[in-house]
Amino acid sequence: MKQASRWFSRNLIRIYAFLGFAYLFLPIIYTIAFSFNNSTKSNLVWVGFTWNNWLNPCGAPDVCNALGNSLKIGVLATFFATLLGTMMAFAMGRYAFKGRSVVNILIFLPMATPEIVMGASLLTMFISFGFNPGFWTIVIAHVMFCISFVVVTVKARIASLDPRLEQAAMDLYADERETFRRVTFPLVAPGIAAAALLAFSLSFDDFIITNFNSGSVNTFPKFVYISAQRGLPPQANVIGSSMFLIALVIVLLGQFVGRKRAGVR
Amino acid sequence: MSTALMHTGTHEKKPVLTKKKLLPYWLLAPGIVWLFIFFLVPIYQLISTSTQTQGYGIGTYVQTYRFANFIDAITSSRAQLFRSFEYAFLATSFALIISYPLAYAVAFKSGRWKNTLLVLIVAPFFCSFLLRTVAWEQILGEQGVVIKTLRFLHIMGAQGHLTATPFAVVAGLTYNFLPFMTLPLYASLERIDIRMMEASGDLYANAFTTFRRVTVPLSMPGVVAGTLLTFIPAAGDYINAELLGNPGTKMIGNVIEARYLAIVDYPGAAALSLILMVTIMILVMAYVKRAGTEELV
Repeated sequence: MKQASRWFSRNLIRIYAFLGFAYLFLPIIYTIAFSFNNSTKSNLVWVGFTWNNWLNPCGAPDVCNALGNSLKIGVLATFFATLLGTMMAFAMGRYAFKGRSVVNILIFLPMATPEIVMGASLLTMFISFGFNPGFWTIVIAHVMFCISFVVVTVKARIASLDPRLEQAAMDLYADERETFRRVTFPLVAPGIAAAALLAFSLSFDDFIITNFNSGSVNTFPKFVYISAQRGLPPQANVIGSSMFLIALVIVLLGQFVGRKRAGVR
Repeated sequence: MSTALMHTGTHEKKPVLTKKKLLPYWLLAPGIVWLFIFFLVPIYQLISTSTQTQGYGIGTYVQTYRFANFIDAITSSRAQLFRSFEYAFLATSFALIISYPLAYAVAFKSGRWKNTLLVLIVAPFFCSFLLRTVAWEQILGEQGVVIKTLRFLHIMGAQGHLTATPFAVVAGLTYNFLPFMTLPLYASLERIDIRMMEASGDLYANAFTTFRRVTVPLSMPGVVAGTLLTFIPAAGDYINAELLGNPGTKMIGNVIEARYLAIVDYPGAAALSLILMVTIMILVMAYVKRAGTEELV
């Protein structure tokens, strides 16, 4: 008994962490489990196991249209936000220039503003300029709120670089352009990849800003929100689960590659 | 090779320097222009809309500088406004209580599993925010396992329910923004030099004193960043209140959304958005000033 209580107090933090992770993953496990549910209309009660939803993910009306829009918007927003954000991060991380603190505030503000305020203000602007919200207004909005996160992520990577590596390249007669192309950029690339992944998941998952600026265009989160009122089809769970698993595999692979590289060095 | 050497020559230095002086601005320009047009100009439009009044026809408004819009907005939605900050405060507190030991365990007790556990903390983000909230709605809902068990054990009567309650909304907010709390906490805990804690132990502090006087103060930047990252989105959220709450748990986000998209009362909605934004800014500044972490901004 005494031994048991000692074991318990020694491992208290581990037990706690285990419970914490269980809490984090409970709704995800639920989502994945119910993607295999053999339900016809609303996916509320467990009926029985089936592969049908996974074999036919577009089976529910409009779900793949919404998914397609979300993927297209995600790719476009990620591309532009990563491009603009990385350029800004290099300027911020590498150069001293006037007006730095103003730029810093401009980058920080979108992260400190509630989404609903950004969504509402963008819609106000589009309306007052007579712009009809639709596919491109969503892309514009997503690029806007992703930029700051890209800057912060890439800047952190640039700040952690060892300046001696670049000095070494210069010492070995590489000019500035070549140093950047063959030393600096490859070293920053993992940070850019992480930022792009972050931007994509922010864009793919966004509901509030999208809901304000989408007009009649459907996205996956919007589809989930609308169908949640009358019961979500299991196909939505299939799409959510596969996105989750794909992202998890990408991140774990990235880690594996990173570790292997570090081992070689 | 010779050109590379020439770059170090004095006569070549000047043009390189001027190029560098302009380069950061060229790199910054596209992003700044984007943020200016699609973030700052809209905020300006929001401010300008907030003092407009109804023109001819639904959805048309003219500028009349009617600042009473703000008073109207506050008096009509005072309950939701206070509720938003109350729920956001509760959710942030619960998230801090849950996250701190979790971040501590990952930072100090996970050994070679550290990176994997870190991925697991971020992993919920990869599953759609809305799907997870709907999952909670169904887990806690009338058809769910939890409520059936509670009723079977007679802990809860047939009339009792878990969803459509303030409890469910706060729980949903806590859950959805938990990684925003855990990650910065982990980052600042991980940076702590373990020798600091050892030194404290060598100086006869017990484990609790070490934690209170060494670990917690050193992790303050993470606490500040985490609470801000949780509080700000939680205060403006309306998805949890919509899916997990009832009409009595509506938050300010629900009001703004309804006024914009259903009632088409743009000035009222704009005024409420500004009130939300300014209140958050004031709270954040006061908090950061008190907590003494200014490197955030």
